Amino acid sequence: MPNKTFFWFFLPTGLAMILFIGLPIISTGIQSFYAQHDQVVKEVKKCDPFGCTVSIVVDQEATSVLRDERPLGKFNGFGTYVDRNHLAIEQISEFWDETDTLGEFIDQVTNLPFYKALLFTLTYCLFVTPNVLLLGFIIALSLNAISRKIRGPLIFGTILPMIVTPLVGSLVLFWMIDAEGIIGANLQLMMEDPYLSLKSSRTLTWITIIIYGIWHHSPFAFVVFYAALQTVPQEPVEAAIIDGASRYQRIRHIVLPHIYPVVTFVALISLMDNFRVFEPIIGFSAEGSAQSLSWLIYDNLVNEEVILFGSAAATSMMTIIGIAILLAPVLIRTWKEFRTAR
Amino acid sequence: MKKILLTLLFILFGSTAYADGHCSKPSGSINILANDFPALRTFVETAKGCKGSADFKVTHSSEHNKIAVPALTANPSEFSARIAANSSIVPLMNQDLIRPMDDLVKKYGKGIQDSQLITIDGKVMAVAFMANTQHLYYREDVLKELGIPVPKTYEEVVAASEKIRASGKMQHPYAAAYKAGWNLAEEFVNMFIGHGGEFFKAGTAEPSINNAKGVATLNMLKKLASLSNPDYLTHDSEAIKVEWESGKVALMTLWASRSGTLLDDEGDAKITAATKLTGPATVGGGNIPAATLWWDGFTLAKNRSDSDAEASFIALAHAASNKKMVADAADQAVWLVEGFVPGPKSIGVIEAVKMGAKPYPMLPQMGLMHGALGSEIVEFLQGKESAEQALKDVEAAYISKAKEQGFL
Repeated sequence: MPNKTFFWFFLPTGLAMILFIGLPIISTGIQSFYAQHDQVVKEVKKCDPFGCTVSIVVDQEATSVLRDERPLGKFNGFGTYVDRNHLAIEQISEFWDETDTLGEFIDQVTNLPFYKALLFTLTYCLFVTPNVLLLGFIIALSLNAISRKIRGPLIFGTILPMIVTPLVGSLVLFWMIDAEGIIGANLQLMMEDPYLSLKSSRTLTWITIIIYGIWHHSPFAFVVFYAALQTVPQEPVEAAIIDGASRYQRIRHIVLPHIYPVVTFVALISLMDNFRVFEPIIGFSAEGSAQSLSWLIYDNLVNEEVILFGSAAATSMMTIIGIAILLAPVLIRTWKEFRTAR
Repeated sequence: MKKILLTLLFILFGSTAYADGHCSKPSGSINILANDFPALRTFVETAKGCKGSADFKVTHSSEHNKIAVPALTANPSEFSARIAANSSIVPLMNQDLIRPMDDLVKKYGKGIQDSQLITIDGKVMAVAFMANTQHLYYREDVLKELGIPVPKTYEEVVAASEKIRASGKMQHPYAAAYKAGWNLAEEFVNMFIGHGGEFFKAGTAEPSINNAKGVATLNMLKKLASLSNPDYLTHDSEAIKVEWESGKVALMTLWASRSGTLLDDEGDAKITAATKLTGPATVGGGNIPAATLWWDGFTLAKNRSDSDAEASFIALAHAASNKKMVADAADQAVWLVEGFVPGPKSIGVIEAVKMGAKPYPMLPQMGLMHGALGSEIVEFLQGKESAEQALKDVEAAYISKAKEQGFL
């Protein structure tokens, strides 16, 4: 395609991307450098049905003067990024001086909200992504090998987890693992421990969410792999059979190299998806034991009666940077292949 | 003759209108945002009875806190009125999103009692219509069978629960809304106030919870948690209500406003009959209850036309002074409206007031403290951290947030 045609072809999409993705990210970035003005408070008398007290309120007149002067707030630079609820630079250097062993140091660091969330997010990515790829590939291979007659209904059944709304899917599982639910109660019986709870133990909650993640995301990998398998040329496969190659050898040396670009694509997409893990935490009411970066943003925006825009913006920016870092190796590799191909 | 008839008609209709509460047929547009529980539905329904020619809309949502600030910040705002409580009025005040209504009270607020007015700096910012608190519920049959007196303190609650567990009748006899986040933080607030704690150093926004009272509070919460369903960190008010109705709990701390749904005809009649209410418990030898008093009242959006505010006030004031409503719905809430005769379901709140319970602290920075508590004390309950460490974390998390918000 000539460059000019491509340009006109891409223009509408490009404009929409700038408008709906680019500009909001820039605005978020700017917001993350600002904090609220110093609150001007005053003592007033407050009366309610239970009596009167002297208490403090925000002085609206004084605050509105400040706000009109600088509507974005007080410039804070990287102040929000480095505070205790984010990168916590100060606290970490303190821990480094105070603690004796590395284990103790790591304990202290992962007790900070941002690192706690990062740890869960990375663990989730690390376990879910490879398993999704593997499971998706195995399902695609098996379905590709069975009779065409029953393939249709089976494919439908397989992609069901993806069709089910994430929240509904996680809620169903949530009720099943409740101490009174079918899985929870049976586990208690099996382990003979009436205090066993999948929801109150941190490790068990993590395992539950990771299993749910694999269950929910595998169909996506399956669908893409299954489509790719349809394009595998039959001649080399038949030749390999004549040469006496086993099924494993055929997959390893013919099928996999053929669908390799698709594997990269699925890996990229699932990494990005998994890094933003959010719904299962809400669905499983797992806020106590598992927090992800996306959940931190949500928490700053809606869970508090006071909305922390600066905090949320800073975490958003760091999530974007985190995704970029995670994707970098795959992207660099794709780019290199693209260069050699040319 | 015609004149007499007209007069008669006037008296007849005039008086019925009066008996239903005062209503001067508003016009314009009314849009109300409210939490979702039965008493509030009744209240808004009553207000609708006085909508006149106005366009009347209402949004009942348990997620009301999340919608309120953004929806009222818009100009013109989505809602003309918001039903708020002691805690949820604070963000509205902080952001200057609600309007004083002294003139409207003077003009249309005939039946509203002075005690219903929430005044801040001499201006009426809200009109309260019901009171709420968390208090104890107990199963009379279970306690009687085991010879346990009705607990008055949390220490007695623990002892009673241990006795019930030892008897083998129930594995997890205690329940409270310990869901990580807002609910858990609310339990901490109650227990901390019961221990006589103050959240901030006097006159400042500096936190002061990392002390002996804070530690005692956490230890009591942990003891109670160990007597609850092991999934307690995921259980909110609705979930523990379900647990109660399934007969697996004998002692529970729950909102007074939920008593109606516990004592209605739905569910096991035996459990309903044995469900009894009592005041909130005290803790650590203190004499004020480990509970906070709450009011629910209506506020008017600032970023909305004066005529819409007036229409909303007329309709809502009609409900907030409605003797018929409080008589008909006497068991739904503890109404602060004139003419309310407290029934057996109001015992909790009335006891709490008698015992001198404190209202939930209405401070501009309290929301940040509440938020920090909700996430940072979880690890202590899970046994992963010491009480001192948890309290230190709460203070540190609070300080960062308060700095960002300009309170420190």
